[in-house]
Amino acid sequence: MRRIFGQAGPAQLLILSALILSFTVTLIFPLFSLLSKAFFDKSGAFAGIRNYIDYFGTPSLSVSIRNTAEVSSVTAVFSVLLGLAYAYALTRTNIRGKAFFRYTALIPIFLPTVVHALGLVYIFGRQGILTGLGVETELYGRFGVILSEIIFTFPQAFLMFAVALEVADGRLYEAADSMGVSAVKRFFGITLPDIKYTVVNAFFVCFTLAFTDFGAPKVLGGGYNVLATDIYKQIAGQFNMNMGAVVGTLLLLPAVASFAVGQIVTGRNTSTVSSKATKLSVADNRPRDAVFFVFCSAVSACFLFLIAALCMGALTEYYPYNMAPTLRHFGFNASAGGIESYFNSLEMSLLTAVFGTAFVFVYAYMLEKTRGFDMLRRYGRLLSVLPLALPGMVVGVSFIFFFNARSNPLHFIYGTVVILVLSNILHYFSVPFVTATGSLKKLDREFESVSDSMSVIRVKTFLRVSLPLSLPAVLEIFMYYFVNSMVTVSAVVFLYGAKFKIASIAITHMEEAGDISQAAAMSLLILLINAAVRIAYAITANIIERKNL
Amino acid sequence: MAFLEIRNITKRFAGQAALEDVSADIDKGEMVCVLGPSGCGKTTLLRIIAGLETADSGSVYIDGGDCTSQPPGKRNFGIVFQSYALFPNMTVSDNIMFGLHRRRGLGREEMRARVDDVLGMVDLLEHRNKYPRQLSGGQQQRAALARAIAPAPSYLLLDEPLSALDAKVRVRLRGEIRGIQRALGITAVMVTHDQEEALTMADKIIVMNNAAVVQTGTPREIYDRPATPFVANFIGFMNFYPAPEGVCAIRPERIELTGATDGCDMVAEIKGFEFKGAVTRIHGVLPRQTEICVDVASEKADALDVRASDRMYLRIPKEHLLRYPASAAI
Ligand SMILES: Nc1ncnc2c1ncn2[C@@H]1O[C@H](COP(=O)(O)OP(=O)(O)OP(=O)(O)O)[C@@H](O)[C@H]1O
Ligand SMILES: [Mg+2]
Repeated sequence: MRRIFGQAGPAQLLILSALILSFTVTLIFPLFSLLSKAFFDKSGAFAGIRNYIDYFGTPSLSVSIRNTAEVSSVTAVFSVLLGLAYAYALTRTNIRGKAFFRYTALIPIFLPTVVHALGLVYIFGRQGILTGLGVETELYGRFGVILSEIIFTFPQAFLMFAVALEVADGRLYEAADSMGVSAVKRFFGITLPDIKYTVVNAFFVCFTLAFTDFGAPKVLGGGYNVLATDIYKQIAGQFNMNMGAVVGTLLLLPAVASFAVGQIVTGRNTSTVSSKATKLSVADNRPRDAVFFVFCSAVSACFLFLIAALCMGALTEYYPYNMAPTLRHFGFNASAGGIESYFNSLEMSLLTAVFGTAFVFVYAYMLEKTRGFDMLRRYGRLLSVLPLALPGMVVGVSFIFFFNARSNPLHFIYGTVVILVLSNILHYFSVPFVTATGSLKKLDREFESVSDSMSVIRVKTFLRVSLPLSLPAVLEIFMYYFVNSMVTVSAVVFLYGAKFKIASIAITHMEEAGDISQAAAMSLLILLINAAVRIAYAITANIIERKNL
Repeated sequence: MAFLEIRNITKRFAGQAALEDVSADIDKGEMVCVLGPSGCGKTTLLRIIAGLETADSGSVYIDGGDCTSQPPGKRNFGIVFQSYALFPNMTVSDNIMFGLHRRRGLGREEMRARVDDVLGMVDLLEHRNKYPRQLSGGQQQRAALARAIAPAPSYLLLDEPLSALDAKVRVRLRGEIRGIQRALGITAVMVTHDQEEALTMADKIIVMNNAAVVQTGTPREIYDRPATPFVANFIGFMNFYPAPEGVCAIRPERIELTGATDGCDMVAEIKGFEFKGAVTRIHGVLPRQTEICVDVASEKADALDVRASDRMYLRIPKEHLLRYPASAAI
């Protein structure tokens, strides 16, 4: 018996199998449905690559690929440059107000992408603030979408660079200084080579996010079609499931490409900072600091301006004609979901955070802290990275194909909060999983051995040792799931039911219906709760850290 | 029949042998040290005895019962790791309490009493409410020991329990661990790569090399009659020199210095002196460039009045001379 089960008992095998099975059912099966739809025609007959030939033969469809690639590459270039400069300012200069700059840079994360676009409408739209001041732009179309996507992806690039630039080998810089190397040469000779993998990664992350985003082109696209709006039109407008599936597979391309590149890159990315590295001390340099201070102020002013514009829309009678203050826009029309949709969002996000955190953490624990069943484990690890490659639109569409099939015994969850929660847990799985695994890896691997030796059951060890010691990671995962569930549109736009509308979707509908003041009001509510959760997290994490010193 | 019997254990990791047909007997109440260089499989052997690792083949008997396929929880042992693995989020007494759950007969009060008992044994009573990070290395080590012995295990496993400590603390703790082990009369298996630790603490030493047991015996046997040149060299220092049929070996402290005439076996040219405190080691070379060392009490070395490039005359007591076949690797 023991030779079969190896180190772990049958109970562990059972739990691991159950977790992996449920993961497979929510990830692999729906993906398979999506792929099979792409290769069959409407009548259910095998079509081979005929759908793809049709797609590329229809210029009105295939132009979207070019548009999407164009938007994504321009966005990625700008976000990488801006994010790098911003992160550099916060880690390698002595400017004041770093904490303020750090938090304002995160503002876009707390809002759905439709809201970034909405803010731009308030600023550059027909009655926009700047338009009123004589700034003429072609907001609807390529320019607006790109601008909106830069706002969306900038924080991601910034966060990645902030992490990468945080560590540095001070000795290298001291050596360079002692040789009298110029600052520019030092940047290109030491700093940039140190973070070159992050540059590649950040580019791909931003590219992929912009490639698959639905919110911005929905609001600002106009006649400028991109893949994400195409798939929505095919599925929700024309019920052409097969063509929708084709577009869905196309949405996977950049993620798959970046995945391949990522594998190559991380394979070589053995930490270049040695353990002997000394902490970098940033030298005083007034002109440098002044330049970066102006830059950071400009960027954060843009974000604050965006929020200010939303506030103005939400809190005045009838912008721009009647600027009397009012709260009446918070009385939301029932047709778009009403205030009910906000509470639904809270419910969905809480459920996602609770169950998502539990699932991620137990999953990571089972993979990290038990032994044996190597094949199963390897498969489990593969599953854990796959969601990284899945855009929300693809999760949504494949969920419809799979769960909406009449023959599926799980059909009953369709249109309920359950399927929304499932899609969110899956869609945002990979980052929390990395967080959980990282935290568990830091725990002494003999904790389990000691408990086993004292015949303490694993559940008790998990609850009394591993879990409390990983509390910071657990909170981080909880927050991540909550905030992302509050703002997501892409996956859930296909899955919400008429009886369970959520806030981010309601904003889209209000905007469509022309109630943009209400949309702005709802956006503020989302921003408020997300900022509150984020601050609560920061405070709690701080308390825990201080207690453990 | 021995209390702990290890029979023909083989274990491979990805084809690489960590243990190759390892057998050993450990008697009740004995303190056994498993000694060997890094990577020779000591920890793996200990983990197999614990049931934390599964052997590819072979068996483990405890008290006559085959427990090869028993999970660790059923084997009733206590274990101390090199990292101590104390739960950082629990106080010392909570750490100990954690393992006392299913001493079924014990009520809450009796469990408390047991915690006090073992804390008294390791002299940590006044630190009971501290967290591990508030303790010194030696105190953490004793806390880990207290946690291991609290459930009254029938044997104790220690994996390099002292290697993370500095030299002074290490020497003191050797005595304390040994004292507690004797007082409890508990069978203990301790892994170490420190030969001095093994010599001072063990009733019996199992010397391992390259995934196999090379010799088993009391510290004296191992020291005086090392089975192979490897053991001889791994434990203490050994002089080797070629002889007509193989290799001869002699400990430096066994060699006697004599006059040029009376019973001298060899002559060496003195190369230098190494003052080591109580003894001084004289380095020399035999003809044919074989190096040889002689340990003499330091005050005697002073009295000798010899200098480098002088000659010294050596007598090799036959009863301490060891012989190995020429093929034996050092
Ligand atoms: N879980 C494992 N997976 C793969 N190889 C392992 C594993 N555990 C041990 N080994 C290998 O088995 C061999 C013996 O390891 P073991 O830890 O038993 O050595 P050791 O004698 O305790 O060494 P040390 O004194 O360094 O602790 C080593 O070559 C080691 O690399
Ligand atoms: Mg070891």
